[in-house]
Amino acid sequence: MFLRLKIAGAASAFALCVGASAAQADVLFWSTQAKPVEEAQAMREQVLNGAGEVDYQPNDAGPWLTRLNAELQAGSGTIGVLGALHGDFSAMDPEDLADLDDLGIGASSDTFNDLAKLGTGSSQYIPWMQASYIMAANKKALEYLPEGADINSLTYDQLIEWSANVMEATGEAKFGFPAGPKGLKHRFFQGYLYPSYTNGVVRTFASDSAVTAWEKMKELWAVTNPGSTNFSFLQEQLLNEDVWIAFDHTSRLASAFNERPDDFVAFPAPAGPEGRGFMPVIAGVAIPRTAPDMEASKALVAHMLKPETQIATLKATNFFPVIDVELPSDLPPSVQAAGAAIATMSSSPDANPGLLPAGLGDKGGDFNRVYVDTFERIVLAGQPIEQVLEDQKRALERIMEETGAPCWAPDAPSEGACPVE
Amino acid sequence: MNPRLLPYFLIFPVTLFLCLFFLYPFVLVSQEAFSNENGYNLDNFREVTSYWKFPISLKNTFLLAAAVVPVQLALSLLMATMVNRMKRGRDLILYIWTIPLGISDLAAGIIWLAIFEQSGFLNSMLGGLGLIDSPTNFLSYQTPVMVFVAIMLAEIWRATAIMLVILVAGIGLIPKEYYEAGEVFGASPWQRFLKITLPLLRPSLQTALVLRVILAFEVFAVVQALGGTLFPVLMGETYAYQFDLLDGGAAAAIALIILAISITFTLIIMRALRVPKGATI
Repeated sequence: MFLRLKIAGAASAFALCVGASAAQADVLFWSTQAKPVEEAQAMREQVLNGAGEVDYQPNDAGPWLTRLNAELQAGSGTIGVLGALHGDFSAMDPEDLADLDDLGIGASSDTFNDLAKLGTGSSQYIPWMQASYIMAANKKALEYLPEGADINSLTYDQLIEWSANVMEATGEAKFGFPAGPKGLKHRFFQGYLYPSYTNGVVRTFASDSAVTAWEKMKELWAVTNPGSTNFSFLQEQLLNEDVWIAFDHTSRLASAFNERPDDFVAFPAPAGPEGRGFMPVIAGVAIPRTAPDMEASKALVAHMLKPETQIATLKATNFFPVIDVELPSDLPPSVQAAGAAIATMSSSPDANPGLLPAGLGDKGGDFNRVYVDTFERIVLAGQPIEQVLEDQKRALERIMEETGAPCWAPDAPSEGACPVE
Repeated sequence: MNPRLLPYFLIFPVTLFLCLFFLYPFVLVSQEAFSNENGYNLDNFREVTSYWKFPISLKNTFLLAAAVVPVQLALSLLMATMVNRMKRGRDLILYIWTIPLGISDLAAGIIWLAIFEQSGFLNSMLGGLGLIDSPTNFLSYQTPVMVFVAIMLAEIWRATAIMLVILVAGIGLIPKEYYEAGEVFGASPWQRFLKITLPLLRPSLQTALVLRVILAFEVFAVVQALGGTLFPVLMGETYAYQFDLLDGGAAAAIALIILAISITFTLIIMRALRVPKGATI
């Protein structure tokens, strides 16, 4: 009897301990963003300082999703808050994310807030930070700019000519393109090349103007560093000067500007016959339905949207705020350079802003693969453009029909699934 | 304990472990490969094999295995014989030769990338010797042969040691008497190698080849680091299906295809190098 009492006592003491530690447990912030060690450290020390006990754990998209799915399947989990790109969230079942309408917060852009609903009636994630893709160049390349070309309003033809000039002068192809395995080349085709040449992404996939676009891409590739198929973060090649002119994600160019601010310039993406196509990158924060402490998670999400947190996030990750805040003057060089380039790009008279693919659900990867495959076949393997476009068009049609995703800008709106014309 | 039951008792923990961590996941993966939302069918296999990159990655995987494994076999035999003849410093040499075994394959890929890339060691060395004016890019889409050679070199450097270790152990088991008898009858070193070492090494060769060939079909990280998207292999496609396309069924299907290839080759090697009963030393 006495023994049994003792065991019961020990068990309840143990339960108490466990209960107490669970109540005090850190909120696990499970993120695909701010992965580099210095960024993750800055997130922990500056951004999440004052947000209570938070355990910030960034990871690659694969392991990130694997753990999340395991917790969702098990029906109980330890992840408190998710941080990921719009594309990561749109590949999820909205049912697995807690509705966040009652928080009453959001981005200043209604377009972003609509995207964050993932096709449902309520916010599934809260926009957290944004970025874009820009161009960067070593100042040594500037003297080879084609005559009459303004770096802030370049056209694709001028970019090709410029890169050709550099190649002629140095004997090396010094345009850099993120065509490596982890490179974001698909966004260049979806958000920059296609909108600039065809004023569309899906509808115009196999159009005549798309043929022109790919011809230009081949011309550009002829003056591109052939090692580009191994480049995924152009800041590295800018710094070691394998590349003088580059296109990439702002945060993948940042360390070039931060390490040698006087050596590089940032400028807008080039323009084509249909204007200057460009595309935003949106990261969001969400709460999985299995979050152990919903209140703590919501408090953390709210913290991420505070003006001072947004500015700290900008300094830590080079991603810009999604709410209206006054930016301080002591920003890192990368942020200043990228911010100015994005502002010039979006306020240029021929701006043709596109949106992130929406409504594709878990077919986002397949959608990207259509563009990457088209690139690999036309540009790397040298297959005939018309034939490849006809071929890939079928894959694209199948994805659009399966998902029923309506068109997004710059494609003209559609009734039902976006047609490939 | 009943001595007849003892062996079963002893292998029970291992069997349990394998059932739990190999057989059970294997059944799950097969289930995933052979089914989709429409029930059990071959759709996943049809999808992955009809993708335009599938024949290319299949060809590349085979090509790499065919180029790497024979070279490794020859090298490891040579190295094992050399080590076996050494009187002093044998262990030291063996340790040095097996260092690559301790390095992860991704790290190995990155080491070789540092050698071959545009601002890499090879370029700066050639530049320093005055052999080239400006750094050339060895690993580009224009030089597929060079990409293949780089991957081959990295694979050979990285994974020859695993065969070496097995063969060194095997050679050590061959009784000296056979060699002495061979010498008495005037067999040359080459003849002794062909007629004594190779036949008696068969069980070790079998193990070494099976292990190595299976690893060759699973090659991934080295290729990823050196070839990027230029040299698609089966394992890379598996990764892309699982993590880029989030299509577990298709990834499972390719994984099963790799498994089928591995099993086929294991059976072929086992059959070709089988040791007749009663002929063991």
